[in-house]
Amino acid sequence: MCLAVPGRLIEISDGGDANFRCGKVDFSGIRKEVNLAYTPEAKLGDYVLVHVGFAISVVDEAEAQRTLQYLEEMGRLAEELS
Amino acid sequence: MKFVSEFRDPKMAEGLAQAIRKQVTRPWTIMEICGGQTHTIVKSGIEELLPKAVTLVHGPGCPVCVTPIELIDKAVAISERRDVIFCSFGDMLRVPGSSRSLFDAKAASGDVRIVYSPLDALKLAKANPAKQVVFFAVGFETTAPANAMAVWQADHDGVENFSMLISHVLVPPAMEAILSSDNCRVQGFLAAGHVCTVMGFEEYVPLAKQYKVPIVVTGFEPLDILEGVLMCVSQLEAGRHEVENQYSRAVRREGNRPAQERIADVFEIAPRQWRGLGEIPASGLRLRGRYRNYDADLRFPASGEPAKESPECISGLILQGLKKPHECGAFGVKCTPENPLGAPMVSSEGACAAYYHYGRRKERENTGPELPVAQGF
Repeated sequence: MCLAVPGRLIEISDGGDANFRCGKVDFSGIRKEVNLAYTPEAKLGDYVLVHVGFAISVVDEAEAQRTLQYLEEMGRLAEELS
Repeated sequence: MKFVSEFRDPKMAEGLAQAIRKQVTRPWTIMEICGGQTHTIVKSGIEELLPKAVTLVHGPGCPVCVTPIELIDKAVAISERRDVIFCSFGDMLRVPGSSRSLFDAKAASGDVRIVYSPLDALKLAKANPAKQVVFFAVGFETTAPANAMAVWQADHDGVENFSMLISHVLVPPAMEAILSSDNCRVQGFLAAGHVCTVMGFEEYVPLAKQYKVPIVVTGFEPLDILEGVLMCVSQLEAGRHEVENQYSRAVRREGNRPAQERIADVFEIAPRQWRGLGEIPASGLRLRGRYRNYDADLRFPASGEPAKESPECISGLILQGLKKPHECGAFGVKCTPENPLGAPMVSSEGACAAYYHYGRRKERENTGPELPVAQGF
C-alpha cells in the first residue's frame, strides 16, 4: 500500500489555492493527474514519487546518480574478483 | 522506467552481495518493515544471494494485514446499507472479516467500489449527493497526507455526504513494540522508505539509541534492499547503532514538511488496535475534533456482530517476525490467495502472499558461507 512510483511531471495547472495544485505525470507512457500540494517545489521535467494520486517527494537526481555510481563501482569490483 | 530499472541490475546486485559476504563474521537477524520490501526480497530471490548468517524477517508494514477484524466487519456492515457507496483500495476487498469480506458484500449487491485515490471517493461524493460515500482510510504515514487532504477538501468544499472509516497506523510505535517484546530477535531494521519520505527519520534516532539497533532507511528496488542490508550489517559488525539513509534520492532527514503539517491539522495521535499484535498505545491516527463529523465510525451505528478470527491463522506471529509463512500448517493448503484465512495471504504486501506467489514453500537453500551460531550481539 505504501507503493510509490516515480514519474515525470509534464504539466502543472496552478489554480490559486496551493491545496488544489495539480499536474500531469507521465509514467513511461501512462499519464495520470496528480495532486502537487505537498511538492510546491516541483518543476516541469522533475521526477516525482507518486502515491495514491499525490506527489510525496521530488526525486533528487544528483543523489540517485551518486548511489548508482557507488553501485556500479561495486559491480565492477565483483566482476574483477570473479 | 527511470529511477526503477537502474536499481534492478543483476551485476551490481552481485557486487553488493559479495560486499555483504565479506563483511559478515557472525549471524545477524534484520527486519524489513515494509511489505513492499518483503515482496521485492521474495520476488527477486535476494535471500539466496545473502550469506546464510544473515536472516531477513518480515515486519508488520502491511496496512491491510494489521487492520483489525472488527473494522473489516464494520466496513462490510456499512457497505451493505442501501444509501452507501463504499470506496476502498482494491487490496482490502478480499480480506476476510468474521463471516464476510467486502468482496462478498459487493457480490450480494453492496455498492462497493475500488478507487485509486481518496480524492476519487470525494469526487464520487460530489457526484452523488443523495448517497453517503464512505472511504476506507487504511494505511501508514505514507498514505496519511492523501487522506488528510481528502478530509480537508471535503470540509473546505462543504461535502457533507463524505466520511472515512479510519485505520491509520504509525511505524515507530510498532517497531518499539517489537523491540521491547521479550522474544524479540531483531538486531537491525530496514526502515520503510516511503514512510520516511513523508515523516523524515529524526524520530528513529531515539529508538536506535535506546535499543542499540541500527536503522537504515531503505528503498524498494532489489539494489536498494541489498545496499540497505550492507549498511545494516556493516553497522552490526562494527558495533554501531545509528540511523542511516540508503534511500537518499527520495528521503530527506526532515521529511515532507507540507505533508506533515496537513496530517497534524486533520489528525491526532491515538491508541490503535493492530490485527495480530493487539493494542499499541499512541500508534495510530484519528480525526481531530473539528473534523470528527467525517468519521464513518461515529456516523454509522455499530454492526453488533462479535468478531471472530480464524483459529488456524498465525499471522500475529508472522507480523512480529517470530514465524515465517511456510511454518504455518494452513499455508498453501487451507489458506491460499483464493481462500485466505488471514490478511497476509490477501494483500499485495502480505508476507504469506509473497511466499505463495513466488514459490517460497520451504527453508531457503543457501550457498553462502556457514558460520557458527552465536548469541546475538
